[in-house]
This record gives sequence, C-alpha cells and structure tokens, in this order.
Amino acid sequence: MENLVNIQVIQNIVYIVSSVMFILGIKMLGKEATAVKGNYLSALAMFSAVGITCLSLEIDLKIILAGVLLGGLIGSLIAIKVKMTAIPEMVALFNGFGGLATFLIAWSQFNEPNNSMLQHVLIMLTIYIGGITFSGSLIAYGKLSEKLKLGKGSLITNIFISFFYLSMPALIYVIAEPSISQFIPQAPSYFSIFLVLTLVAGIGFVMPIGGGDMPVVISLLNSLSGIAAAFAGLLLLNNVLIVAGSLVGASGLILTIIMAKAMNRTITNILFVGYASSSQSTSSEEQGEVKPITSDDAYLILENASSVLVVPGYGMAVAQAQHVVREMGELLEENGTEVKYGIHPVAGRMPGHMNVLLAEANVSYDLLAEPDDVNPSMDTIDVAIVIGANDVVNPSATEEEGSPIYGMPIIEVHNAKTVFVLKRSMSSGFAGVQNPLFFRENTRMLFGDAKESIGQIVAEFKD
Amino acid sequence: MEIYILLGFVLLLSIFLGLELIAKVPSTLHTPLMSGANAISGIALVGALMLSSAGQMQDILAFGAILFASINVFGGYLVTNRMLSMFKKK
Repeated sequence: MENLVNIQVIQNIVYIVSSVMFILGIKMLGKEATAVKGNYLSALAMFSAVGITCLSLEIDLKIILAGVLLGGLIGSLIAIKVKMTAIPEMVALFNGFGGLATFLIAWSQFNEPNNSMLQHVLIMLTIYIGGITFSGSLIAYGKLSEKLKLGKGSLITNIFISFFYLSMPALIYVIAEPSISQFIPQAPSYFSIFLVLTLVAGIGFVMPIGGGDMPVVISLLNSLSGIAAAFAGLLLLNNVLIVAGSLVGASGLILTIIMAKAMNRTITNILFVGYASSSQSTSSEEQGEVKPITSDDAYLILENASSVLVVPGYGMAVAQAQHVVREMGELLEENGTEVKYGIHPVAGRMPGHMNVLLAEANVSYDLLAEPDDVNPSMDTIDVAIVIGANDVVNPSATEEEGSPIYGMPIIEVHNAKTVFVLKRSMSSGFAGVQNPLFFRENTRMLFGDAKESIGQIVAEFKD
Repeated sequence: MEIYILLGFVLLLSIFLGLELIAKVPSTLHTPLMSGANAISGIALVGALMLSSAGQMQDILAFGAILFASINVFGGYLVTNRMLSMFKKK
C-alpha cells in the first residue's frame, strides 16, 4: 500500500515538471530564435509524462507496446513522407487522431461501474468534443487534400448539418440520462446512438465551411482537441492532461481569433453563415477593360524596378510556384532590386500557410512582412506581384461599403506604382466577389499558370 | 468533490496562461505553433495509458486510444520539427 502511494507521489511530481516544460516549450515555440528548442522541450515533457505513467499500468503491456509501436511507426512514416505542401491536411489528420483518442478514453470510462454524476457529465462532454474533433478533422483533411468536393448547399451536406443540430439536444439527453432512469427505470439507453451521432455531427459541422475559411476551422479544431484532452484530464483526475490540454485549447483559440479578425468576420459568421448570405448584388458596375501583359514585358518592367513586393495566395500553393518565386526574388536582388514578401494572415488554407511554403523554398524569413508593415509604404513600391491571391488584395474591402468583404484588412497593392496579377482566368476569389483591382489603371494581368509565367521571367533574367 | 474544484482551478489558470503566452506570436510561426500544439494534444496518450483493463471491449478501446494518440504524438512532433528546420534566416 505504502509503495503504491509513493509511486503516485512520484508520478505527480513528474507530471508537474512535465507541465512546466510544456508551458516553457510552447512559449519558446512562439519565438523564431527558440522555436526548435521549444519543440524539443515539449517532446521531452511528453516523454517524461508518458514514461512515468508506465510505472503503474493496468492494461496488458503487450497491448501498450503494440499500440505505441504501431502508432509511432504510422505517425513517423506519415510525418517523414509528407510533402511540405500537404502540411495543412496532415495537421488536420493528426489533430483528428488526438480527438479520436480522447473519444475512446471517455467511452472506456463510461463502461466502468460506479461513475458519479459529475464523471458522467464529463464523459459525455469529452465524447462529444472528441468525436466532433475527429470526424470534423477528417472532413477538413478531405477538403484540404481536395479529395472531398461537397460543399454548402448540396442535399447530402444539409442532411449532415441537420444531424449536427440534432446532436446538441442528444448531448443534453445523455447527460440527463442517469437522472431520467431514476424516475423511469425502463427508459432505454441511447448511449451507442449518441456515439454515432457525435461522429456524424462533426461531419455536419465542417462540411458546409468553404475552402477559404479553412484557416479558421483548422485552428478551431486544434483548440477543440486540446479542450477534449483537458476534459479527459478532469475525468481521470490527471493534472498534466489538464495543463497540456488547456494550453492547446488556448493557443488554438487565439489563432482562431487572429484568423477571424484578419477576415473582419466573427467566428459564428464563418462557421454558420458563410459568405453566401452576406449582401451580394454589389460591385459588378466597376467592370472595365483588363490590361493583359506578356512575361517579356513583365520582365522589362521588373528589370527596371527598384522595389518589388510579392503577394502570394493559395494559387501559389496550387501551382507549386514557391521555388520559382524564390529564384525570381534572388535574381531581382542580384539586379539591385529590393524584394519583400507581403503575407496576409489568411492567405492559403491554414494559419501561416504561405510562410511555410516560402520557408520550404528557402526564402529568408526576415523578408516576409505582414500587411501592417507594407501598407504604409506601399506607394514607394514599384511593382507588386500578386501570385494567386485575390480576396486579400481586393480594394473593395477598403473602398466599397456594400461589399461582403468590406472592412477586411487587406494588402493594399492597388497603391503600388504598378501591380502584376498572376492568374489562371478571370474567375472571382473564394468570397465570390468581383475584384476591381484587375480593372485598375496601374494593374497588368499576367494570365496563365503562375509557375510557368514566373519561370519565363526567370529565364529572361538568366539570359 | 474538492479535487474537482482544485483541478477546475488548474484548468482555468492554464487556459489564461495559454492565452497570455501565445497572444503575440509572429505570423511566420502560426503553422509551426499550431502543429506543435497539435502534438501536445497527443498528451491524451497519458490518459489512454491510465485506462483499466476489464474484458475484451475495454482492451480494444485502450488499444485504439493508445494507437491513435501515439500517431498524434510521433507524427505531430516530427512534422513540427521538419517544418521548423526549414525556417532559416540567411
């Protein structure tokens, strides 16, 4: 008996040390200079917490070894093999697995005898959040990897959405079930139905949300997986689960808020309304002639430019153009041009998506600037090159009050002396809003695949 | 009951601490931070290891929880590390 108490004391001390390491790790992860070390520290915290838990195990060691080794193998293989451009969907997938783990933990606790009322509530909440995180993340994975094309408005999507709304009263019912069965002993248990319903609800939660809103959804699902882990910690009375889970929940929440702010929309608007129902029928009158340009002419202008701002968007990721973009940037610098990259927080499909792509292409991170850094001096920029970005450079956001995206902070490339817009066609952006930038006096459209167009400019520079 | 109040207190404080810690992260690090936080949510592995073993059903659930949490932990940390190693100042 005394021995057992000692083990528990040691475990709790190690849990506290791990919690401190998690806190320091995540703090270091937030600064460029210490980020790598922060990740190691957090991994060390994980290792110690897991290791010390193994001092008192009830489960058969074979099951544990099989689970950890197989899981470690699968996780490592995916992490090493994945292409850097597929990072958004990988993060979504891993996140979903974390949610699934908490879902299964809570389910297992439900099967234990003598759960108190409070434990019962925690079990249901953990199952609900974990389940939604899991299936929601899988849908996000499908959308990000473009395997899943279903969106808002289709019948199937609407059916799943109905199940999502149905899942909330179902959650309240299963929470109240022990009290109900005290009065009506014959009341059937809907627990197994609830398990399935949470998973279906997660699908309905994420499915209607459009691709451009994915940075918000990914951050939110990330937050939810942390909250699910924290609830599981309350359930199992384990402090390191609570601390680590809450940290993740908080960091995900902050990213969610940053992303929503960068779109000038509320989180509920993004999740439950979408762009479609905001006021349409605006713009369209500001049509006009677009002025196309060839790569040759673009090269001649760039050769004489003294400052260039590159503004990438999701189109750069699709075209896989980040490497040629870096090459062009280097050639421009050799030519004496000052090159900067203007990165909008919601450009791409996850928070910081463009930063990762450009880092992969070896662009030094001190060349990457945020909208607030580049907007004030925009009129000194000779050429702004917009590569596959649309809504984040749409001047309607600052000028046209009726526009659905009015108020969204943008990179104000229209104030630059010349703007090149690289685009495959004249289709409007994710928000479905026409972009007056394309018709401006100082805008030149360079139609075609971004990788090819820039490749041609690079080739001209080399000649 | 007291233990829940105490742990609830820990939960709240940790959330506030987390919000303070991450409030001002440069956007360059948004993705690695998210990915790193995602790896930390694999702490569910500790919870999975604490499960009890009573019958086949419980063993299956425990195995599943350990398996998926492990994928989250290993995959999450490795991907984050790979990503961070690309962020270089020249």
